[in-house]
Amino acid sequence: MTPIDRAISHLHSLDASARLDSPLGRLDARAKVLVTLGFLVTVASFGRHQLLQPLPLVILLSAGWALSEIPVRSLGFRLAIASPVAVLIGMWNPLFEPEPMLRLGSMVVSAGWVSFLSILERFLLGMAAVLLLIGSTGVDAVAAALGRLGVPRVLVTQLLLLYRYVFVLAAEVERMLRAHSLRAPNRPRPELRTVRSMLGELLLRSLARAERVHAAMLCRGFAGELRAVTPLRLGLGDALFVLAGLGFLALVRLADLPRAIGNLLR
Amino acid sequence: MHMSDALLSPAVGGAGWLASAAFVAHSTRRLAGAADPGAPALMGLLGAFVFAGQMINFTIPGTGSSGHLGGGLLLAALLGPHAAFLVMTSVLTVQALLFGDGGLLALGCNVVNLGVFTCFLAYPLLFRPLVGVHATARRLTVAALLAAVVGLQLGAIAVVLETTVSGISRLPFATFLAFMAPIHLAIGAVEGLVTAAVLLYVTSTRPELLHRKHAEGRPLLPVLVVFALATGLLGGLLSWFASTRPDGLEWAVGRVSGSEELPVPSNGLSGALARWQEKTALLPDYSFGSAPEAEVESLPDGPAWPAPDAGTSLSGLLGGVVVLVLALGTGLVLRWGRSRGIGARVR
Amino acid sequence: MRGVRFTFPDGSEALRGVDFTIHHGESVGLVGANGAGKSSILLHLAGVYLASEGEVRVGDWPVSRSTLVEVRRRVGLVFQDPDDQLFMPTVFQDVAFGPANQHLPPPEIEQRVGEALAHVGAEHLGQRPSHRLSGGERRAVALATVLALHPDILLLDEPSAGLDPMTRRRLIRWLGSFEHTRIVASHDLDLVLDSCERTLVLAAGRIIADGPTWSLLTDAALLERAGLELPLRLQGSPVTPHR
Ligand SMILES: Nc1ncnc2c1ncn2[C@@H]1O[C@H](COP(=O)(O)OP(=O)(O)OP(=O)(O)O)[C@@H](O)[C@H]1O
Ligand SMILES: [Mg+2]
Repeated sequence: MTPIDRAISHLHSLDASARLDSPLGRLDARAKVLVTLGFLVTVASFGRHQLLQPLPLVILLSAGWALSEIPVRSLGFRLAIASPVAVLIGMWNPLFEPEPMLRLGSMVVSAGWVSFLSILERFLLGMAAVLLLIGSTGVDAVAAALGRLGVPRVLVTQLLLLYRYVFVLAAEVERMLRAHSLRAPNRPRPELRTVRSMLGELLLRSLARAERVHAAMLCRGFAGELRAVTPLRLGLGDALFVLAGLGFLALVRLADLPRAIGNLLR
Repeated sequence: MHMSDALLSPAVGGAGWLASAAFVAHSTRRLAGAADPGAPALMGLLGAFVFAGQMINFTIPGTGSSGHLGGGLLLAALLGPHAAFLVMTSVLTVQALLFGDGGLLALGCNVVNLGVFTCFLAYPLLFRPLVGVHATARRLTVAALLAAVVGLQLGAIAVVLETTVSGISRLPFATFLAFMAPIHLAIGAVEGLVTAAVLLYVTSTRPELLHRKHAEGRPLLPVLVVFALATGLLGGLLSWFASTRPDGLEWAVGRVSGSEELPVPSNGLSGALARWQEKTALLPDYSFGSAPEAEVESLPDGPAWPAPDAGTSLSGLLGGVVVLVLALGTGLVLRWGRSRGIGARVR
Repeated sequence: MRGVRFTFPDGSEALRGVDFTIHHGESVGLVGANGAGKSSILLHLAGVYLASEGEVRVGDWPVSRSTLVEVRRRVGLVFQDPDDQLFMPTVFQDVAFGPANQHLPPPEIEQRVGEALAHVGAEHLGQRPSHRLSGGERRAVALATVLALHPDILLLDEPSAGLDPMTRRRLIRWLGSFEHTRIVASHDLDLVLDSCERTLVLAAGRIIADGPTWSLLTDAALLERAGLELPLRLQGSPVTPHR
């Protein structure tokens, strides 16, 4: 599998699980977008040494996963490819914060290590939440929800079209790269010169396709915007979900549950 | 480089969202005035092109390393700044949603870093004037090189600023910048060369592409300056507020509920929660009033560090482990329940 | 079409004087080598391209910038590449796109979508995203997107490319049962033989023959001039017309 194969199959698997019927999938996309945003803000709002307090959020993720159809392997795989950025920048923290912070028996952990771990924790929590959103909702439904939440139509149309043709163009790229690797087996990657014509060809084809797609739209009476015909409906279940979700987030944020539980047990 | 959720404080993330929303609104309005009927299909396909084009990793000549297209400048050259900015926004959004590149909270910042600087500064102020009316290969290359380098440098500086102001990474500003600037110089140079090469390639068969009329209007400089100031001010204020108040959220909640001038946590929401908990006596020896370590740590003028207390650490860890087990249990039980058809519904 | 010429902006001449008249209810095949101009003719009839010279009329309407809306309401064009035609997130939304643009009430939109999908045997695909369809399913759905508009004139560009024999057979039967005007551009001469009474043979942007399908497609010399071959069914065996 080439990296592109992998990227495309990742797209396909998220998309496929979003289209399966599941309790989380049945909720209104707007409700899920709201709770996800709340989740992300909550994660970001913790101090960089509050390593343990955000942990109960995992319960929310785990429940969400269980109520969706996302295969655990694709979720785990994505999370395992940890963001190089977060690690690259977080790993300096131990250098700049040598002060002791935690003592576990005879071992003392410095503040820098705690904040480094906290960066990884933030990354994993946030990414898992977004993958849950997409894997239970689908990009098109999220885009439609964003439209209802006030994002301009132009941008929503743009998101929908982009997502539609990513699959077509990614398949073209993949065929190009395969053709390249068959004819230049000794090179793992094309050179700049080859890439110029690859990208150039891809661009010309995309432009030509844009003209045909535009013509196809016109032939069916297109007048400037894509009209969504699938109605979104906010039901009681959605309201309960938002209330429960945001309530739980507030609880985790305001009360240090792990320590409370720990104290209780000792 | 994508700014990441993991390095971002809510204040900076929010400021990024505000700024990018303003630019989206501005661009939308400009495009609505332009009314190019072919625009939606063209923008959609070019967005998909950039997304797919970024999948082509190539060898950078002279080094062993690899790079890929960024696309912002190429889009601006083909579509004009406003449409290009919206396309870039959509590309970044889909990347954040599908690949977790950067993340949703950081999306606003990324749109600013990778969209605004290239489309609204580098393109109109460098690329366009340098290319001029009669684009020769040399002019086009120089223009693309300069515009891409400047655009990406600004983006890199913005990443460093956003990270430092957020305060989650402890990398000092200067160190981080010294690390980012040269890398992005290289990335920018490659981006410029690839952009020029691709533009030359396509304009050799379709020369009209470079000279389409865009909805450009007057340059955005004044708007930009105002925005930079406003965002800077807002971000700075919010972060200052967040760092001087041990727990910005609780303090804000306390203020809004109008209870006290003093930011004593026991008067805020957490105080109410604590009292409620004391009453229900579920957690008898746990008091929310005794400041947890994170709160002590960032008090403005106290000794910065708490003494490491084995007791608290241990109970926290213990609780953490219990919570994780609980999470795992919740997930497995729910999945098991669903697989047994409990709560399943037929559509 | 009367004396239609068309030149692309890059200077390549796609049509060099095309004349023909098609009456209501006719089924017409359009054959010719790659690049002969088949797609270009169809795009002119749908008002996507406007003739550089000459006149195109659809029904009572001359095709021009001001009549595009009327013309397109009558003409349904199924594109050569179904990926160009399917641009919405799901099959249902794609088929509903045209009716929604006509501002029909939602229940009627739904009904039309159901009918159109049933017509091409794709009812079960409704909620699937277009990018997860097979080539043949894509073609079927692309056809449905046009049928949902209830066109008077149906233009099909290579409708049988990539179809399995059964689906192709179904398409042929279906084309025979469609009562309105239809024009089929295809390299599949057997399909044209089976579903069109009349055929136009195109070479290098000109019509070099126009007549009953059977007599044209059995004329080996004519087909060779157009860069084509006898339909497979007529190759290698003595010509025994059976119809
Ligand atoms: N976008 C375009 N720009 C320039 N020339 C074009 C364009 N599209 C088609 N042509 C040229 O116009 C001529 C007619 O093309 P057309 O697509 O109508 O052929 P066709 O008969 O449909 O071919 P095929 O059987 O391959 O589909 C060809 O010579 C082609 O090269
Ligand atoms: Mg054709």
